[in-house]
Order: sequence, then C-alpha cells, then structure tokens
Amino acid sequence: MSIYLNKDSKIIVQGMTGGMGSKHTTLMVEAGSNIVGGVNARKAGTSVELAGKELPVFGSVEEAMKETGADVSVVFVPPAFTKDACIEAIDAGIGLLVVITEGVPVQDSAEVFAYLDGKSTRMIGPNCPGIITPGESLAGITPHTIAGSGPVGLVSKSGTLTYQMMYELKDFGFSTAIGIGGDPVIGTTHIDALEAFENDPETKAIVMIGEIGGDAEERAAAYIKDNVTKPVVGYVAGFTAPEGKTMGHAGAIVSGSSGTAQAKKEALEAVGVKVGKTPSETAALMREILQSL
Amino acid sequence: MSDLMEYQAKELFAKHGVTTTLGKVVETAEEARAAAEELGGVTVVKAQVKAGGRGKAGGVKLAKTADEAFEHASNILGMEIKGLTVNRVLITPATPPVEEYYFSFLLDRSNRSYLCIASVEGGVEIEEVAKTNPDAVKKIPINALTGVDEAKATAIVDEAAFPAELRDQAIKMVQDLWKVFVEEDATLVEVNPLARLEGDKLEALDGKVSLDDNASEVRHPEHEAFEIREEADPLEAKAKDKGLNYVKLDGSVGIIGNGAGLVMSTLDVVAYAGENHGGVTPANFLDIGGGANAQVMADGLDVILNDEQVKSVFVNVFGGITACDEVANGIKGALEILGDAATKPLVVRLDGNNVDEGRRILNELNHPLVTQVDTMDGAADKAAELANA
Repeated sequence: MSIYLNKDSKIIVQGMTGGMGSKHTTLMVEAGSNIVGGVNARKAGTSVELAGKELPVFGSVEEAMKETGADVSVVFVPPAFTKDACIEAIDAGIGLLVVITEGVPVQDSAEVFAYLDGKSTRMIGPNCPGIITPGESLAGITPHTIAGSGPVGLVSKSGTLTYQMMYELKDFGFSTAIGIGGDPVIGTTHIDALEAFENDPETKAIVMIGEIGGDAEERAAAYIKDNVTKPVVGYVAGFTAPEGKTMGHAGAIVSGSSGTAQAKKEALEAVGVKVGKTPSETAALMREILQSL
Repeated sequence: MSDLMEYQAKELFAKHGVTTTLGKVVETAEEARAAAEELGGVTVVKAQVKAGGRGKAGGVKLAKTADEAFEHASNILGMEIKGLTVNRVLITPATPPVEEYYFSFLLDRSNRSYLCIASVEGGVEIEEVAKTNPDAVKKIPINALTGVDEAKATAIVDEAAFPAELRDQAIKMVQDLWKVFVEEDATLVEVNPLARLEGDKLEALDGKVSLDDNASEVRHPEHEAFEIREEADPLEAKAKDKGLNYVKLDGSVGIIGNGAGLVMSTLDVVAYAGENHGGVTPANFLDIGGGANAQVMADGLDVILNDEQVKSVFVNVFGGITACDEVANGIKGALEILGDAATKPLVVRLDGNNVDEGRRILNELNHPLVTQVDTMDGAADKAAELANA
C-alpha cells in the first residue's frame, strides 16, 4: 500500500516532448513508472522513444485517457501555459494531477484551485518534486535511487530536503514520499497527506517537513492533535532566516511573528510531535521511533 | 513578492481609474521646495520606502510653505526607517480627510483564495480596530474564478456599510481596485487611508501594492520599471545580474547550496554550529538550483568571495537529479576560473547521487583551500571553526 500512487497507476506527461519533460519522463520510466504516453496538441499522432520505450503523443488529455486508461498526469509545461494544462486535465477527469512547473503565477494557481472544487481531481503542486512510491511508481522528479520501500511516510514543502531526509532514512525506506511544494497556493497540503498516511496500513510513522511562511504547519499541528494516531516527527527550515527577506520559494517569506520557524516548531511540539533542530537530528528521532515499533 | 513604494502603487491606481493624487517624487530637498511651490498651498512630504509605520518614524510631515517642505525633505532624505534609507520623498497636496476608511484585496494563503478586508471605522489604526472592535472589520471572501463584478462590489460596499452619499463612488472604486489586483497580478492591494474628503469625494490617500514575481516574469515585462536598483545591496545586484538566487546576510560563513529548503536548513545548521565557535553566523543565502555546473558554481563563489565579511565558505550539495561528480567538476572548474581570486577556505559536503565519484574528484584535486566533510552537521562545524580562526 501507499498513498495516491502505486504500481497500477497509468501516467501521462503533459509537456513530455520539452526539455524538462523528456529528461524526467526518461527517469520516470527507469524508476519503473508505467508511463503510457504524452500530450502535445502540435505533435499529436507522433511518438517518442524514451528509455527504450515507445511513447505515443496525444492531442489532448481526454484522448490520452480514452486511449490508454491513464489516471495520473504529470505537468512539465512552461508557467505561462500551466493553468490551461491543469484545467484541461481536470476537465478530462484525471484522478491525480502532479504539477512540477516552477514559477506559476499565483493567481493562476488560485484559479485552478477554485476550479478543482467539486471535481474528482487531486492536484499536487505546483512547484514541487512530485510523488514517489518507491519500488512501484514515480510521478515527478524525485531521484528513485535514494531510498527503497519501507514504513515511513514523508510529506515536505521542499524538494531537496525531501531528498536529504530520504537519504538519511534510506535503511528504513518509505511507503510514499510526497513533495507538496512551497508556493502560497498548492493543491495538496500537509493535512491532506497526513490524513492519507494515517489511513494507509503500510505507513507506520510520518515525517513532516515544513519551512517558514504561511500557517500550514500550525494547521497541520491542530489536525495531528485530533486525527493522527501514528507517530509524527517534524522538521522546520528557516530558524535563522531574517524577517522580510524572500529566500527562493514564494512560500518562504517571514511576515511578522506568525509563520516563523520557532512558532511552527512550538505548535508542533505542543501536540506531541518531536521536532528536530537539523535534518540529521530529525532522522535520529525517527530512527528511535522506528526501532521501538 | 515585490512590494512597491507608495508613489508606484499610486501610478498603478491611476492607470486603472482609482481616484488618487499622484503628487511629485523628488530626490533632493531643493526639488522638494520646487515641487511644493508648484503644487501651492499646504503639502505633505512623505518618505518613500518599502516599509510600514513611516508616519510613526517621522517620515511623513505637513508643510505649510515651500520652505517648510525644503526643511522636512532635508530631514527625511537619508533617514533610516526600519533599516531602509530614504532616498526619495513624495510631495502631495495636503487634503485633510473628513473620515478615514480601510480597504484591501489580498491573497489568502490559508484559504487558497482571495479576501477583501474593508472597514469604515478608522483608517490608519486598523490593527487596533481589528483588536478592539473586530465586527467593524469586514472580511469578505472572493471566489478566484468569478472575481469582483459590479454586483459583488455592491455587496462589499453594503456589507462594509459605506455612507449612502459615497455608495456609488465606493462601488466604482472597489471595481477599479479589483482591476489593479487582477490585471497587475498583485498579492496585495491596500488603501489606508481610503479618505472621505471635503465635498464627499472618495480618494486613495495612500497605497500599498505587492506584485507576484512569477506573474511579472511570465506576463508583465513592464513591471521591471518598478525595480529600484540603488536599493539593492551591491552583492545582491551582482548576483541578480548573474541570475543567482542570493540574499546578503550579516555573518561570516558564506553558504552555497542547491534547493531553497536545503539552503535555508544549511543556514540554521551553520548558526547552531557557530554557537560553539565564537557565535559566527551565515553570511548569505545562495541557492544554485539543480544545474550546479562549473560556471554557476564560479559565479556563486565569485559573489561570495567578494563579500569582505566572509571568512570561510560552506558548499552544501545534495545530488538529486544533479550528480555529485558534476558538482565536483563544477567546484574544480570554478577554482580554475577564479585562480588567485579564490582566497578563502572552502568546506564541501557532497552527498547523494554518484557521491563516491564526486568525492574522488575533489580528493584528487587536492586543492589547499578545499576540505571535504561527509555530513552536513560536521561540515557546518568545520566551516564555523574556520570562520572563527
């Protein structure tokens, strides 16, 4: 078991023929993902060979789903076209929409999020590394070689910290690792992932990685208190970030006292989540928990 | 997110039909006198910095005469407000409000949508009103797909209970402010105070706008004109020219890493390690992203080594997509490009994809300035120690 993505997932790639798209489609095929095709209206009817696999290019998400039975789409299209690509996939009724694209205008993300209301699609991202269920499937850009399958569920705002944490705990392995992205408006939150991990029998413990900005970690803490019975270990990046400075992610902005790493750490600790000061200390806390299970 | 100065926000207001007075932006006290003379009557001299609380800091003064405007401008120009130096002042005609209101549209992260906040109780002291009389501050959710049309604007104005004689003006202004918000891709459009002037005229006396950098990049090339280069730190300006994501900080350990989250985490780990080494702290944030090739590494090192405060440099890379051997070759190439300009010790921690080959390349290089440490915590400790030497 796993969350959102497994060996039966059939994946299409929107933007498969572009530079990022073709590079990462190759890596996804190598990771064992069942990639069934790509979408590009201008190249409909052609095919591309990636990692030794002949992949058909369809004119629309709807057509691709009809022809292949795809239920997951990974989006690599440039930021100016991401909103339209998402809406097309949502209209076609895709189950899981993983938006890797960085630099999407936040009002576009807000419109897509509003559009999701009442629809059957789950969106992850934008501006995220995607999701990996090690040994089964990868929908995104997380290196599949870092860690194998195991009992830990991981949800993180940051891509490289996801990789770092998978590396630290590679001897235990992961049920699913999901990078939700650090943008102000995202499709899947820490809370969504916590809920899914709580309901996944294969996940025995959860690592949650946050960073400064917004109040997602505080809200997750409140959720954990009432709804999560599995052990959770947390890490928050940005204790020493100065106020008012943007550090790369749109989400990584400290504005006033709320949203600071300290406030997030305190909120998590108040509900019994152990919070590490560094990634390795966080991994050590998880290690202790896993050894006692 | 880029915050605009008041005069820039007002330019956007004017562009979209919001009633406001642009006034004149000047950079010297002499020009302030001339502007006040030209406007005639009583004027207001307002510091232009990207910070709130300008009035409380003494950055906003009433001038009865042009000479007074000169005097105030001399005092305000060069003043520091929340760490920002005032390089320009805005001169506007003094238009004393009969009443002050508050109005804003903003991106509401918690609800992943937009929010309108409006209050007819007081303008400037809105935080106080929100505390003592929260019912007077109306928070009205906006659907991102349907936005604000005339009907929604009317509903907002009626819920906020604007005076009947201003209702029509307010409905138009709300729609025009919405245009500023969506057409300019803002994350915040705030008018405080929104003033009722003599003769029941509604006017935006102040303005604050934050723009979404992603949207400016994708579809607003004209927003580049709002960027004021002199405000940026010279090292930040240099980094920006090279397309690097760099923020200058006050410490002595230079930091280079890949991925915003990992670099932020690196800052924390170095600050903790610094506690055991004379309290040294990070000198900067620098995220070189995924493609850590030799040129990007050289550009990054070049910026950091030009920071006089830097005593040591910590290169912290986790090879995800990028393989560690590429990163190691990047460091090697950067040291070759920099030559004698590379003068400060480098602590390198490589982990992840193809780490053995990466470490081998650096061992073989055997550069006198380069020390390799296998763990992030250990490398941070070494870099802090070297910065304190």
